[in-house]
Amino acid sequence: MQKILETFLIGLSTGSIYALMSIALVLVWRSTRVVNFAQAGQAMLSTYIGFEIATRTEIFWLGLLFAIAAGALLGAGVDYFFMRVLFKHAVSGPAAVVAPVIATLGLLGLIRSIVGLIWGGEFKSIKAPASTDGFTIGEKTIPFSPLNLLIIVTVFVILISLAIIFQRTNLGLSLRASAYAPEIAQLAGIKTARTRTIGWAIAGGVGGVAGMLVTSSNFLSPYSLDLLLVFGFIAAVIGGLESMVGSVVGALILGIALTFILNYVGTSLVFIGGFVVLIVVLLVKPDGIMAKGRARRA
Amino acid sequence: MSLNVSNLTVHHGAICAVSQVSIAVPTGKLAAIIGANGAGKTTLLRTLSGLKTPTNGSIMWKGEKIAGIKPEALVRRGISHVSEGKSVIPELTVRENLELGAIWRRNAKESKESIDQVVSIFPRLGERLQQRADTLSGGERQMLAIGRAIMSKPQLLLLDEPSLGLAPLVIEQIFQTIRDLTTSMNLTVLLVEQNAMGALKIADLGIVLNLGKVVAMNHAQVLIDDPAVRAAYLGY
Ligand SMILES: Nc1ncnc2c1ncn2[C@@H]1O[C@H](COP(=O)(O)OP(=O)(O)OP(=O)(O)O)[C@@H](O)[C@H]1O
Ligand SMILES: [Mg+2]
Repeated sequence: MQKILETFLIGLSTGSIYALMSIALVLVWRSTRVVNFAQAGQAMLSTYIGFEIATRTEIFWLGLLFAIAAGALLGAGVDYFFMRVLFKHAVSGPAAVVAPVIATLGLLGLIRSIVGLIWGGEFKSIKAPASTDGFTIGEKTIPFSPLNLLIIVTVFVILISLAIIFQRTNLGLSLRASAYAPEIAQLAGIKTARTRTIGWAIAGGVGGVAGMLVTSSNFLSPYSLDLLLVFGFIAAVIGGLESMVGSVVGALILGIALTFILNYVGTSLVFIGGFVVLIVVLLVKPDGIMAKGRARRA
Repeated sequence: MSLNVSNLTVHHGAICAVSQVSIAVPTGKLAAIIGANGAGKTTLLRTLSGLKTPTNGSIMWKGEKIAGIKPEALVRRGISHVSEGKSVIPELTVRENLELGAIWRRNAKESKESIDQVVSIFPRLGERLQQRADTLSGGERQMLAIGRAIMSKPQLLLLDEPSLGLAPLVIEQIFQTIRDLTTSMNLTVLLVEQNAMGALKIADLGIVLNLGKVVAMNHAQVLIDDPAVRAAYLGY
């Protein structure tokens, strides 16, 4: 019984990081209709920048702030310099669908090379902002650590902030309207292109947090966030790709399921496990867990 | 003259949808634009609101040339467009759809006052402010779309088939509201309609489009009495 509870809590901590990645992907998907593979690279580069700051100042949170800022700038830059240009030139037909995705893959490769040139390929690590030793209850030490708790709290704070921005501010309304119905948004006076770039910036910043949090209990390398991208994407699909709430729920389900697989079945099956969870969810609810029986948009 | 369109030509690729159109609508007047499917009515409105760039011709609004200016700038100059078909955002609540109309004004207090005004015009929206827009009936959606346009304090209101898919009784109500708003807010209104008779009845002016060209433009009552218009568009 206690092991189940521990597994659940660690799953929650893992899932909460997936949630950030998956929100980043959903934000971009619903405003731009692009699956942003470059998000892994953007988050990775942001994390390297956060790593530099955190290592030099020995203040993790300062590193996190820089990672957020770097992520936001990178996100805005990708939209402004790549997506805008692409959409101007490829307006319709298969090229318009495929070109942006290929561009994000290309960007991922590009960022990887840049990071490789600057920092090299060896593993780096960031000093965790809290102990990674499990909590001690009475005589027993459990695997759930203060760092896990801190991760959950940090993600929770970020999710609440995002909810406030999206639900309670004019910026949030502009972001949602521009994503759901760009033409109506434009007719309402919203500068939709600029709003979309802001959306990319928010996604990038959130991705930067995900990268820093993963790295706080793991190593950083030019490839270390690839798995996070895969799981973030699976979580987004479970959530229906359109809904931020859905993607968070999807990420928590996935994080918990994978931790159970890890603890009860074995390490080797975790990666496959992600896809099994995805397939099971899609078989039961083809439009994702948030779908209300019919397609949400035309 | 408040709205003055001259020699306006608009293309969709190679298709000429609006050809050499010249119309003038004085401030405070309601003009009904009628014509068969594909006549170019929607294209004309989309060009007036800035969604589409004309190939040729000029649009004068309040003495300034506005052809080619983006919609987000035109709404700030008092032009509000309720586009054909899906003109509310189903994922947003009724209140959010309304707030959207006033978002460019960046004034929360004015926005609240405008919501009260819209609710007094359409009480049914008042009961449903917290509901998602996709829970509304067709008529309520149309009210919401018009309400959103009013939220932006327009002087020129462009309405594209507000009666689409509505029951006759509801159409009558919507038309009456449009007429009342025109008078009470001193709006200039272009009302595109398939429901030609209903639209002409509430309009001051009637404009008939055919294959992208203006084929008749006159006082609405004159058009109603015109045997040729009756035969072609009013069906009797
Ligand atoms: N996006 C588009 N691309 C290509 N052609 C278009 C496009 N929109 C309209 N057209 C063409 O332009 C012409 C005018 O269309 P428009 O939609 O303005 O007519 P309408 O009078 O509004 O018709 P309806 O009463 O059916 O709404 C038609 O021949 C139509 O096929
Ligand atoms: Mg039309």
